[in-house]
Amino acid sequence: MDFLNAIILISNFIIVPAITYGSQLALGAIGVTLIYGVLRFANFAYGDLMAFGTMIVILFTWYLQSKGITFGLLPTALLALPIGILFSIAISLFFDKTVFEYYREKKSNPVTFIVVSLGIMFVLNAVVRIIIGPNDINFMDGHKFIMKAREFKKLTGLNEGLAIKSTQVITLITTIITCSLLFYFLNKTKTGKSMRAYSDNEDLALLSGIDPKKIILLTWVIVSILATVAGTLYGLDKSFKPFTYFNNLLPIFAATIVGGIGNPLGAFYGGFLIAFSEIALTYAYKKFFKYLLPESLEPNTLIQFISTDYKFAISFAILVVVLIFRPNGIFKGKVI
Amino acid sequence: MKNFDIKISFSIMAFLIILVGIFQSWGVALSILNLCLISAVMSMGVNIQWGFAGLINFGVMGFLAIGGLATVLVSVPPVYEAWSAGGMGIIISGMFIVLVIFLLFYLNRILKDYRFKNYIIFSIIILSIILLKFISGPSIDRIESIDAATSGFLGGMNLPIVFSWFVGGLLSAGVAFIIGKVCLGLRSDYLAISTLLISGIIVSIVKHEEWLSRGVKNVIGLKRPAPYEINLQSSEWFIKLVEFLNTSKLSKIINVIEREDLLKELVINSSGIFVKLCFSFLFLFVLCVLLYFSEKALRSPWGRMMRAIRDNEEAAKAMGKNVVKQHLFIFMLGSAIIGFAGAMLVTYDGLFTPSSYQPLRYTFLIWVMVLLGGTGNNYGAILGGFAVWFIWIESAPFALFLINLLTFQLDEGNEIKSHLINSIPYFRYLMMGLGLLLVMRYRPKGLLPEKIISK
Repeated sequence: MDFLNAIILISNFIIVPAITYGSQLALGAIGVTLIYGVLRFANFAYGDLMAFGTMIVILFTWYLQSKGITFGLLPTALLALPIGILFSIAISLFFDKTVFEYYREKKSNPVTFIVVSLGIMFVLNAVVRIIIGPNDINFMDGHKFIMKAREFKKLTGLNEGLAIKSTQVITLITTIITCSLLFYFLNKTKTGKSMRAYSDNEDLALLSGIDPKKIILLTWVIVSILATVAGTLYGLDKSFKPFTYFNNLLPIFAATIVGGIGNPLGAFYGGFLIAFSEIALTYAYKKFFKYLLPESLEPNTLIQFISTDYKFAISFAILVVVLIFRPNGIFKGKVI
Repeated sequence: MKNFDIKISFSIMAFLIILVGIFQSWGVALSILNLCLISAVMSMGVNIQWGFAGLINFGVMGFLAIGGLATVLVSVPPVYEAWSAGGMGIIISGMFIVLVIFLLFYLNRILKDYRFKNYIIFSIIILSIILLKFISGPSIDRIESIDAATSGFLGGMNLPIVFSWFVGGLLSAGVAFIIGKVCLGLRSDYLAISTLLISGIIVSIVKHEEWLSRGVKNVIGLKRPAPYEINLQSSEWFIKLVEFLNTSKLSKIINVIEREDLLKELVINSSGIFVKLCFSFLFLFVLCVLLYFSEKALRSPWGRMMRAIRDNEEAAKAMGKNVVKQHLFIFMLGSAIIGFAGAMLVTYDGLFTPSSYQPLRYTFLIWVMVLLGGTGNNYGAILGGFAVWFIWIESAPFALFLINLLTFQLDEGNEIKSHLINSIPYFRYLMMGLGLLLVMRYRPKGLLPEKIISK
């Protein structure tokens, strides 16, 4: 019984939140890694693209709610998601046409691209804040919990409860659907294969008649979809605040590089690795050991590896470690 | 042509600041000028790394925070109770950290070709972090529990605050040494991302180690290298000076009491301006010294070598230049200047607020300054610092003007209009972004591009 309690405790405080957070990071990291793989630069405006897409979703959620349309038990935001995706595709393509294309044709160095993406970051940052303001917005509606801690306790008779929020399940299901579609597209379809070929070796791909314009267009479309979905899921799970979205860029970058930059599957695992270590290392294991160990051995400290203040710092530290040990990432990415 | 360009652009800048003085107030104009000067020092630091050597450092925020921390550690009076409660534990942990760092460097050297070198080093780091927690934990708790509301930290050394600028520079250089050892071998975009993330780690340490910096509880009322307004207002010579400067204004008023009142008001107003002026002269002096030395460096054989390394690393290597060493040196040098500027900034503000360090304001804005002003050109970096800070501050009134112009048909209570007016602070981001994009497109080398000196 104590063993079961310990397992439930760990699932409730580590596994379930980490899977949710990991899915959100993974979706974001795949987007960053695709941009890096195909367009060959680190896009610093990605966090703000996420914020932009989510903002459109929120605006349409409000519009739908004002018309009295809801999605039953599910959050209304899911209905507004396609419109958010459309808008962020539009803005991505707009910036590609007005800004990135020029530098691509000039074959500028990666640093120029980074600097230009900083400019876009500033612009998007301003646009989001001017339209929707800098404040916290909670746009989650519908059914909140699938399983409440108290219900779980009653059901099983255990001491520990397991609470599962509906947003957590939605996040997981959406991530599974999005990622399987994406990997099917990349690995099985002809367009996906040509995209990978372009990312692998640009000149060879051009020689075999792959149209770079089409590949780049497609990349921006996929990236915008991923960014909007990841942003909306994060906003549903926690809340929407432009500043947090900008900050989330950093663990997303960490996940991307840890998984091997330019490698979508690596980015997927990288997201989960970052999420699990962030949550597992800052959790206080005192109660967990209380269940497992005999009374004489019970710990009297919190048994927390690192205080929760350093949650973000953990992902950065992992990144630094990975950069020193395996600069190509854990799963082999592009050669540095 | 070269001097002409520089002179014109700096005269425009001076003219703009004087305009602010005339139309808004001299206090506002001087505080813009002071922050422009500090920004110019920051952007010169980044320019030394990026413009001279082509190293991309997105960790500016971290070095500024270290500089800010230095002001606290140097100028605040020590908290003796805290020292006696937990000082010993902190000193022992500090020695432990130094020991571990030496051990790591030593191991790195003797295990050079050993296969598991990295794993050994990694496990030592993890072990020492766990050990450190046990060594320092109790003393930290004790320190933080002493007078938690007003102090709860170790305090500093009670030295003059100007001294902390140099300490900030030295500390930054030390941290830059460690970061440089780890990261400088990486390719440019990886270097950018990793320095950005490491600066995040630094800021979270400064933010959460309350025994050291009071963390999010902030340190207020730091010392000043300039006189305080209150003291000025009661000092004889200052009142005389104000009276002398405003003789014509005062002599018009015949009533003695009214004249006294006016004088009092003038003294209060000018004391604030006087303090800011003191800061301005101090910062201007720092900037001039820095400019002198970096111009010298740029024209010296060393400067030529750095440009050679930047433009063609392989060729420089072939000429027998130690690229790795020079990169590390210039990374430390630039970071030291950034740390110096960070200490200046906190000194001017008079308070240290670790939670205010955000990458947008303290890393990317500084980068916009360098890129806008002109990479590789010291005058360009200074101009960038001035121009960008000026736009950053003055974009609010400008945006208000634009919004009023565009929405003049809408009536006062209109929702769109009031929403736009509420979001005025964010137009500065828009202007920064557009400015950066336009400059990168049409003047990719910045407003004052680098001049290649043949002699």
